[in-house]
Amino acid sequence: MVSLVASQRDPRSDDHFDAEIVRKDFPILSRRVHGRPLVYLDNAASCQKPRCVIDAMTLAYETAYANVHRGVHALSEEATAGFENARRKVATFINAESADEIVFVRGATEAINLVASSYGRMLRAGDEVVLSYLEHHSNIVPWQMLRDATGIVLKVVPVDDDGGFLFDEYERLLSDRTKVVAITHVSNALGTVTRIGGIVERAHAHGAVVLVDGCQAVPHMVVDVQSLNADFYVFSSHKLYGPTGIGVLYGKKDILQSMPPYQGGGEMIHAVSFERTTYKDSPHRFEAGTPAIVEAVGLGTAIDYVRSIGLGDINAHEKRLLDYATERLGAIPGLRIFGPAGEKAAIISFTMDFAHPHDVATILDRTGVAIRAGHHCAQPLMNRLGLSATARASFAAYNSFADVDALVDGIGMVREVFG
Amino acid sequence: MLEDLRELYQEVILDHSRSPRNFRRLDDPTGDAEGHNPLCGDIVHVFLAVSPDNVIQDIAFQAKGCAISIASASMMTELAKGKTVEEFSKIFELFHDMCTGDGQVDVGGDQPGADVVDHLRVLSGVRGFPMRVKCATLSWHTMKAALAGKGRATTEEGEV
Repeated sequence: MVSLVASQRDPRSDDHFDAEIVRKDFPILSRRVHGRPLVYLDNAASCQKPRCVIDAMTLAYETAYANVHRGVHALSEEATAGFENARRKVATFINAESADEIVFVRGATEAINLVASSYGRMLRAGDEVVLSYLEHHSNIVPWQMLRDATGIVLKVVPVDDDGGFLFDEYERLLSDRTKVVAITHVSNALGTVTRIGGIVERAHAHGAVVLVDGCQAVPHMVVDVQSLNADFYVFSSHKLYGPTGIGVLYGKKDILQSMPPYQGGGEMIHAVSFERTTYKDSPHRFEAGTPAIVEAVGLGTAIDYVRSIGLGDINAHEKRLLDYATERLGAIPGLRIFGPAGEKAAIISFTMDFAHPHDVATILDRTGVAIRAGHHCAQPLMNRLGLSATARASFAAYNSFADVDALVDGIGMVREVFG
Repeated sequence: MLEDLRELYQEVILDHSRSPRNFRRLDDPTGDAEGHNPLCGDIVHVFLAVSPDNVIQDIAFQAKGCAISIASASMMTELAKGKTVEEFSKIFELFHDMCTGDGQVDVGGDQPGADVVDHLRVLSGVRGFPMRVKCATLSWHTMKAALAGKGRATTEEGEV
């Protein structure tokens, strides 16, 4: 098993990026699993948290915690400032025009449910929503629920045999009945990157709005919602080195303003009587109840952290890891990698002809290597590719070439057990 | 590490997963059920031919899944064939206890024979791998559903 001493630079890494230094920011990465050093390659499911995020959340609880937006006392003012400051950090991070376009939600799943419920209420039977085969269940099921409630029609963009988005087929599905296009930026199961700019441009030409599921994009590449011209862009904090329990719905201001509330309750109202309630403007209109205050602070700190490393450098590093992993895994007899060869995020989905993905994952786990096995909440895509499951290794900024070596060594162990 | 893994992936398991026994459909079953593990997408379909005097005369299965789930289903069919429904229920309870308990099983008294226990002990290697227990139990719950005349089983119901 190859392992690097922390002070020893890996000759394969880039001059100004050192994953071994990034790694030290993450306390959990120094633990052992089954007596072996942890090699965490399940980042597409959830990322680990840097010390600064953990500390910022502890500090908020220890020094500046109260409910937000209503107290006149000092702690409430400070908590509100921290919460709203996080909103501004998110806006800057994805280049939203203003912080008012950032709605805090529990995660990307809730963001999509919010849009399907609220924007969906403005759709009529026969209106069409376009999805793709690449979608995570969270970008399928809310639209199906809307379909069953209102009679809208779902259209699904097919993929090719490698899981590549078929743009021509997409264009063919668009018509003046298309009201919403909801497409992932990066496939969580395969790493496929879609051409969001072109997708948005074509949808707008037909008068449809576009929701982009950015969960797997935001941690790995620079996202500029204004340049993409997306109407909605959603992501979860926990895949971006931030805490669970908070996520982001970006929406263009005029569109959010036109939408009815999602949930009713405190925080989202101007005035309430039993006859009539008036609602706040967005984003607060969509934030009923006490929000995830400290989680927002954690997310803001995670964004600071990612920006301090630089998404450009993270992206380049992960690309090198992906190339290296593709080369090494690709050389293993009986191992098949899925996903298009072209533009791809740092996700490798694979199967082995002598072991089922679950068995691969169990054996890798015993070697300290954490990967995901299963359908990755993308069953329609798996069925399309004729698979019931794949093993998936997904990379983050703190992963090193030595991690890829550990993965390859672990697969050697799979062969030893099953061979 | 390898010892741990050998405990789970014993030669018997690998053999059954590579060449599953009774891996076919029954054309005219007296009962059948399809079992799903929604967490991982594993599917197993169990077919039964039970005689009027409650003897499991034939049993077959088809499945998509990992080595553990295929081997467990295959070994279950071998254990069930020729047994009465009541005898199988006892084996089921024993299997359940072995997979979830401390692995200590009293083989005396009216317990099934030592060969049955040996078979089950191999499967009970999943105890050390909590995330994999459902892989081993899916086909057994599906068998139970087939015996009970329910067409479906999932790992999200019941206590295992």
